[in-house]
Amino acid sequence: MKINDVILRTVTKIVVFIILTFGVELFISGHNDPGGGFSGGLVLASALLLLYMTYDIETVHKGIPFDFKKIAGLGVFLAVASSAVPMLFNNQFLNQAKGDFALPVFGVTELSMVLLFEAGVALTVVGVVVTILLTISEDVS
Amino acid sequence: MTNALVMPVLIPLLTAIVLTFFRNSFILQRTLSFIATASSAGIGVYLLLRIQSEGILRLDFGGWEPPYGILFVGDSFALLLVTAAATVTSIILLYAFSTIGEAFEKMYVYPFMLFLLAGVNGSFLTGDVFNLFVCFEVMLLASYALLILGGRKVQLVEAFTYITINVLASWFFLLAIAYLYGATGTLNMAQLAERVAENGQGPVLTVISLIFLLVFSLKAGLLLYFWLPGSYSAPPAAIAALFGALLTKVGIYALIRMFTLVFHHSPEITQSIIGIMAALTLIGGSIGALSSNDIRQIIAYNVVIAVGFILVGLAAGNELALQGSIYYVLHDMVAKAMLFLAGGLMISLTGKAKIGELSGLIRNYPALGWLFFIVMLSLTGIPPFSGFIGKVLLGEGLIEADTYVLLTLAFLSSLFVLYSLLRVFLNCFMGEAIIGSEEQVVLKKRTLLPIVMLGILTLAIGLGADAIAPFVNDAASTLVNPQTYIEAVLDKEALLKQ
Amino acid sequence: METLITLLVGVLVMVAVYLLLSRNFVRIILGTAILSHAIHLLILTMGGLKKGGAPLLTEEGSTYSDALPQALILTAIVISFAVTAFLLVLAYRIYRETGADNLDDVRREFDD
Repeated sequence: MKINDVILRTVTKIVVFIILTFGVELFISGHNDPGGGFSGGLVLASALLLLYMTYDIETVHKGIPFDFKKIAGLGVFLAVASSAVPMLFNNQFLNQAKGDFALPVFGVTELSMVLLFEAGVALTVVGVVVTILLTISEDVS
Repeated sequence: MTNALVMPVLIPLLTAIVLTFFRNSFILQRTLSFIATASSAGIGVYLLLRIQSEGILRLDFGGWEPPYGILFVGDSFALLLVTAAATVTSIILLYAFSTIGEAFEKMYVYPFMLFLLAGVNGSFLTGDVFNLFVCFEVMLLASYALLILGGRKVQLVEAFTYITINVLASWFFLLAIAYLYGATGTLNMAQLAERVAENGQGPVLTVISLIFLLVFSLKAGLLLYFWLPGSYSAPPAAIAALFGALLTKVGIYALIRMFTLVFHHSPEITQSIIGIMAALTLIGGSIGALSSNDIRQIIAYNVVIAVGFILVGLAAGNELALQGSIYYVLHDMVAKAMLFLAGGLMISLTGKAKIGELSGLIRNYPALGWLFFIVMLSLTGIPPFSGFIGKVLLGEGLIEADTYVLLTLAFLSSLFVLYSLLRVFLNCFMGEAIIGSEEQVVLKKRTLLPIVMLGILTLAIGLGADAIAPFVNDAASTLVNPQTYIEAVLDKEALLKQ
Repeated sequence: METLITLLVGVLVMVAVYLLLSRNFVRIILGTAILSHAIHLLILTMGGLKKGGAPLLTEEGSTYSDALPQALILTAIVISFAVTAFLLVLAYRIYRETGADNLDDVRREFDD
């Protein structure tokens, strides 16, 4: 039976971008405010899930042709490797360096090494969550 | 500050992550994973030597001084175990290379083994109770995955029981951590030890210590070992060997660490409960090992007996007994890996696992037969193999502590170990050969090599006991004098200077 | 407030134990999930409930509430999430392999 899902499709098209933006906002504000890689990643993953639910897996795969297992692997690698970097500069494992940078558009922004770590966490969460749900849903049909 | 301290965890972890990207290049997977485990072992030895000259090492993650941050603490006990774990894992990897098969290699078996090693090493090195929980979970999640690789029905069902029990144990661990944090306000092991010593170990803390005892004994297989024989006999030999050699040892390590460092103030309760549990484990394990006809089950019950034997030393609690326990843990890692590999090889060569179905294998595979004989002698504690020195020291410690019941049980259990393995040896290797020389499966040299290496290792630990003695003595004296550990971590003078 | 939450933890543990004692895979998994939530709540209660402001740089306050239990819970949630997902997939796989959704049926299949 074909379900009439015009409303869902229309709403999804708009809402996905709002969710994605919110995910990025959460990720960036995570340094001194509530948020961070984990919650940001979860929100990003939920946007992807909405896409998978509204359209089928093949259609979304055409638009986003990533292997999410690889993304999870890349994320873990980024997180672990970025914590190992300070050891090259004779600092403790997981030590974080930070500095102020003058960026275009944003003005002077404080950037920290922890951003790399958090990016790794976010990628891992997105990769793992999507992989889990795709694995479970794949052979239902 | 010693960044090398994180290496035994970081190297396997990073290698495992990198290897997940190279699923189909087996040569790369094998080389890199072997290099990773072997170099972890090398770093273990290096750190062990440094500890002898510099005292206990520590690494504060991110530069957060204790008690605020998470830290790794390396004392001789931890590093001895790290070195042994990494060495045994690299030898088991060699065995896996020639036996595990392409299907497993494709399903990331080496990365999972490396994750397991990272979790195990992390548990040995950490100086924070919550971090111990996290490292436990890293190790357990890897073990869950390894247990179901291959996906045979029996594996899946055994895995479900194993995982449910371990998840329950993990939540109880978390429960104990919650109570401990509520009662003391800290989770740093050294600070915990200090606070418990200052305020006295009242009834509340003793109850919390008993929850920890429950959790760790479930993981170590102390009395609560009902899950162990089933799940250790389901996976292939290389993975079972890894489990038998490493997993229970982490539980044992956690028990020894917590009950010598933090909760050692009311030995009349904790120590005697551990003693009773160890005694019951020895009895139950012996009964299991004698009553079973399945080679894998017999081997798994031997793991249980060893757990009981090692923790008898903790129950006695004096320096000699702990030295014996440490020697025995090291010996047991090597010998159990060897036993699992030899037993697994017997099963994979003949396709049969019941001792009644096998006979006269010594004519087909003489080398394997004598290696099995060696590991049997080693586990029984016959010199010059590695089990001997541990048993002697433990015996002396038990006499010193006047616990003759435990002494009797511990040494009776050695007889049962001998009997159960001798039964396997006599039934399977002696007697009339049932496999003709034409139909026998060829035993490749490189499959046998890892078992020979473990055999040499057990002989080396036995003969070179003098060379290891200073490390073991230092480890035991740190365990008996927790103040050394506390001072090394909290470092009062350095804190005052700031 | 602490007493109330402790009672809630008790109720959750009760539910979890009830579910864990059943033979059905899904119920057992739900039991472990609920038990984990009960314990997270307990950690939060053990750190003391609502004594000050949120421990953030931008917040002003004379006292701050303890941030450590929340960090512990976040870690524990991630772990329980991973383990629960793993168990669910495993239960599904067992169902596909054996057609059984509870331990009794699986054991019966082994005995045959």
